[in-house]
Amino acid sequence: MKRAGVVALNTFREAVRDRVLYNLLLFALVMMAASIIAGQISIGIEETVIITLGLSAISLIGLLIAIFIGVGLVSKEMDKRTLYALLAKPVRRWEFLLGKFGGLALTLALNVAAMGVGLFLALVYVKPVFERGDLTVLIAVYFIWLKLALVVALALLFSCFTTPLLAILFTTGIYIVGLYVQELRNMPMQVMSPGMTLFTKWLSYLLPNFENFNIMAMAAHSRQVPGALIAQNTLYAAIYCTMVLTGAILVFSRRNLK
Amino acid sequence: MQVEEGEIFGFIGPNGAGKSTTIKLLMRLIFPTAGSARILGKPISDIEMHRDVGYLPEQPYFYDYLTAAELLDYFARIHDLSAAQRKERVQTTLKKVGLETAGKIQLRKYSKGMLQRVGMAQAILHDPQLVILDEPMSGLDPVGRREARDIILDLRREGKTVMFSTHILSDAEMLCDRVGVIVGGKLRGVGTPGQLVDVTTQGMEILFELAGPCTAPLLAKATRTGDRYRLQVPETGLYDAIEQLRAAGAKILAVARVRATLEEFFMNLVEADRAQAAAVEVSGK
Repeated sequence: MKRAGVVALNTFREAVRDRVLYNLLLFALVMMAASIIAGQISIGIEETVIITLGLSAISLIGLLIAIFIGVGLVSKEMDKRTLYALLAKPVRRWEFLLGKFGGLALTLALNVAAMGVGLFLALVYVKPVFERGDLTVLIAVYFIWLKLALVVALALLFSCFTTPLLAILFTTGIYIVGLYVQELRNMPMQVMSPGMTLFTKWLSYLLPNFENFNIMAMAAHSRQVPGALIAQNTLYAAIYCTMVLTGAILVFSRRNLK
Repeated sequence: MQVEEGEIFGFIGPNGAGKSTTIKLLMRLIFPTAGSARILGKPISDIEMHRDVGYLPEQPYFYDYLTAAELLDYFARIHDLSAAQRKERVQTTLKKVGLETAGKIQLRKYSKGMLQRVGMAQAILHDPQLVILDEPMSGLDPVGRREARDIILDLRREGKTVMFSTHILSDAEMLCDRVGVIVGGKLRGVGTPGQLVDVTTQGMEILFELAGPCTAPLLAKATRTGDRYRLQVPETGLYDAIEQLRAAGAKILAVARVRATLEEFFMNLVEADRAQAAAVEVSGK
């Protein structure tokens, strides 16, 4: 497990040296624009505008990093053959995969945390009176990170058995469908055959439910988040990530590196 | 095939013969469909065996955002070396491969030859008992090749076992205690370069000069280099050929046994393999 940590730290270093953290500048621009827009519209919804724009930007920037870098975690190493020397050392393939996952999850955590702090400071700036409900925005940022970790695990799984382009398409596809899992569950059953109904129901439980992690409305209205929801989402992300990473390990452990 | 402890073993064969595939199997980068292999007495599936093995991949490429020193430090961490050991090993290994002044330069600025040296460095960094090198001379200039040869010889002096694959047969002849020849995925011969070559030793070579015009029929078979001629004849026909040449006024300069080179042995195997493949193809049609 210690070797997975070494791989994770190197993955983090790669992200930093490849200037992945430059996205923070983009986020800073978004927040400045949000503050200008908020200042020009009526008092009362400026906080909502900042939170909505800020959380959307964090989610979108994070998604781009999670998908594009996530897919490259393994495929880039195979294309460039950088992992040949590493895997010939006393490091197990699952340690390598967990390290790569952990490294990008750490990069995203720092990224998302920095953007979250930026968003929070913007809020403090437009809203001098601080309420306890305002902390919801930080929990919303945490949920975004959980969602991104799940996306990284999926990207890693797909990149273990398909081309980078297909892995990007599959991950993006699952993410989009995962936003509408609730709708899939509530589809009008009378128009479908019993077999199709059963299939849709199972599919809706099999796919990751990304909508669970979206508490933008609660954050925008400074509503407090129940502790049970935090625990539920944390557990859900942990279990789902474990399952997906187990699949990735099973595939990668049998893969010939030609 | 067995590689003995403390020897330098050369693994030679043409492109596509299966040299790199064999090495990748040993390094568990690909998995066998049948058969087994053991390294240092342990099955290759045993991850702990890799603690005592160093491996240089063919045409190595490493994380180009790292410096050579950082890359070696990273691999030293993978090998669980302490901070003090890492610092010492990184410096001595960089010096050993001639990169002590380039250790703080990012690998993206390295030439192919320098990357090959980094590859060599990471293979010997943890002081392994066995070093497996896939085409270690590839991409190196004559100085680099000489240095790579010196490193291999140093490893043997330190009591290490070295197995390396190569296309450059002169390197194999110069360095190896024993060689294995692989052609078409099959091992065709294992032994000392001398043993392999002796099997095919045949013929004699006569070196001579001519004082004037000569019409001896043997001359047509001779190869001219400047004023001198070389003629290869079977061992049994040596005296007859010498008499004919002397009668024609030739001055005999030297007579030597024709010793087939490893290259000739190798080429004979390759050509036999191609002929066999062609025969199979024809019979298949």
